[in-house]
Amino acid sequence: MYQYDIEDQRLVEERAAQFRGQVQRRLEGSITEDEFKPLRLQNGLYMQLHAYMLRVAIPYGLLSSTQLRKLAHIARVYDKGYGHFSTRQNIQYNWPKLADVPTILDELASVQMHAIQTSGNCIRNTTSDHLAGVAPDELEDPRPYCEVIRQWSTFHPEFAFLPRKFKIAVTGTPDDDRAAVRFHDIGIRLVQDPAGGEHCFEILVGGGMGRTPHIAKVIREFLPYEDLLSYLEAILRVYNRYGRRDNKFKARIKILVSELGIDEFKRQVDDEWAQIRDGGLKLLRSEIDRIKANFAPPPYRELPPHDLRLSAEGLSADPSLRHFVRNNVKAHRQPGYCAVVISLKAPGRPPGDASDTQMDVVAELADEFGFGRIVVTHTQNLVLPDVEQQRVAELHARLREHELHTANIGTLTDSICCPGLDFCNLANARSIPVAIELGERFDRLDYLADLGEVSLKISGCINACGHHHVGNIGILGIDKIGEEAYQLVLGGSPGNDASIGKIVGRAFNRAQIVDAVQTVLEVYLRDREDANERFIDYYRRVGEEPFKEALYGDHQEG
Amino acid sequence: MEIIKRGEIVTSTFVHLGDEDALPADGAPMDVTVTLARWQSERQALRAHPGAVGVRLSPDDELEPLLPDLDALALVAVEFPRFTDGRGYSLARLLRERHGYRGELRAVGNVLRDQLFYMHRCGFDAFELQPGKSIHDALSAFEELSVRYQAGADEPHPLFRRRVGSGM
Repeated sequence: MYQYDIEDQRLVEERAAQFRGQVQRRLEGSITEDEFKPLRLQNGLYMQLHAYMLRVAIPYGLLSSTQLRKLAHIARVYDKGYGHFSTRQNIQYNWPKLADVPTILDELASVQMHAIQTSGNCIRNTTSDHLAGVAPDELEDPRPYCEVIRQWSTFHPEFAFLPRKFKIAVTGTPDDDRAAVRFHDIGIRLVQDPAGGEHCFEILVGGGMGRTPHIAKVIREFLPYEDLLSYLEAILRVYNRYGRRDNKFKARIKILVSELGIDEFKRQVDDEWAQIRDGGLKLLRSEIDRIKANFAPPPYRELPPHDLRLSAEGLSADPSLRHFVRNNVKAHRQPGYCAVVISLKAPGRPPGDASDTQMDVVAELADEFGFGRIVVTHTQNLVLPDVEQQRVAELHARLREHELHTANIGTLTDSICCPGLDFCNLANARSIPVAIELGERFDRLDYLADLGEVSLKISGCINACGHHHVGNIGILGIDKIGEEAYQLVLGGSPGNDASIGKIVGRAFNRAQIVDAVQTVLEVYLRDREDANERFIDYYRRVGEEPFKEALYGDHQEG
Repeated sequence: MEIIKRGEIVTSTFVHLGDEDALPADGAPMDVTVTLARWQSERQALRAHPGAVGVRLSPDDELEPLLPDLDALALVAVEFPRFTDGRGYSLARLLRERHGYRGELRAVGNVLRDQLFYMHRCGFDAFELQPGKSIHDALSAFEELSVRYQAGADEPHPLFRRRVGSGM
């Protein structure tokens, strides 16, 4: 993984010192809370319902075991013994004291980490595919380009006060987008150059969720690699100058793109790009190679391509191991290896939470089983990307000792969930208790296996941090005259077949929503053609009518 | 008024005239800034004004109307109505990097210590701090971060072109 050089390191240390000064000025009262707000926000520090929340950047989700141990240490010493992995591949601490935050930043800097630009109206942490570098269907590892973007966007002087936050995602697998790039302000796909040269970038712009979900549009089909930063800078400059600042809810780039139309937006970007394309932002082969060298594959052992023991374990009499192998083990490009997803969706636990002990355990297992690397997924799980297939059963047993063996990846209970009204001051409704109840209701592994691939995503408000728009089944918490209520959204998908879900009808109250999900699942199980027809395929074939009928019966929805 | 200019605290003689404020009637050599609209409509009179004249840009101004006159101006000021309005950063870079403006480029309005680093990097060389803020304290804001990934007014090349072995 990328190792900081002396300059990268100096910057995070200077930043920690700078923030210490800012906190001190705030505690002394020489700056107001209003003036402190944008400073702390650019450092990932939010004021939440009960306390400050600190968001730490995990660039493109990649961690070393040393870094994960440090995150565990911070959870133990400065928080209440746990952290929350977010949908942006970051980690959030819910209970730090303001006076401790500068010291936390020093701790982070000591392991090449920071909280820079994890909030605020600036370019946020660049996200990527959690199987980057190991997926067999990958065209090229996207992480070196994520790192290039991380450096370019870090304290970019022109783009520190954009109209609104700005998120970039990169995938190196054109055929299977695991990074939801079409729902980002800028999505980047590595693609084959039609002329047969080096790989190019397809650039998409104006995607997003929130209260007005948009699927990003293609603005450039084949961008040569050396033009990546100049093209991003051109997009950002047009957005910074002309994005709306009169209304917070219309300030994302998706609104600018949709108001101008993609053709006019592209014309403005191309005019700007023509002026800067051949300037100092042109990437150097030597720099790309320097960064790529950091992502060289680990020293794999030579192993036979298919490990029979792994196939056998797929049929194991132990249902936990059997489902674990089927759901949590992912294909790897290196013969004899696999990627193992560790579910942070155990029944009864808030999705994405991990205790300090669990983080330490995962770090230890990463060292023992997988070259000391861990990846955070945007679906709020952890991945050990390089595990020998023949050691999966052993790993499963070790995970089981710490309740980290839940075999539900890609199934209904592998849900995405925002912090909701339990923590967040924007939320209208609680989301974690709904996720927990769903996890407990549908905890039978053979039932989940029968349901097959189906995604469930829960947001506690219209800002959509729980990605409910792109859940096959989405749940949106709303406030209905002072009561928590939940709308059911069907048909969303974040990947190459991107679609935005539709609200199926009137909202359900807290006591009804889990039953409503069960009703939806029963309709699907009853009427699908066969087990090969996934939930999303069935929904696309039949539409929402059978679900409406089952959910609302003869009653007119109101 | 005390401002920061090129890293030092100096006294500025400029008065920011609103569109309704008259020029000094007796031809006194007062240094003034005017809005871009006023500059466009009263260019002749302003050129004859005995004091120095600068133009004040608001964040939604386009630069094109000003370009023919850049050399004639004593000062270009960019207004920050709120420090969260970042359009002025783009205007500054365009003036410096694309249009070659070399004169004083001053940030005015809601200008606070913790934005000075970014402003300076974008090409501002003069800063009128929000009244009530310590200008001496603000002087130390420029050097808190010594590592700059991007090119800027203070750094001709992005870091990736400066790293050892980058071929430069």
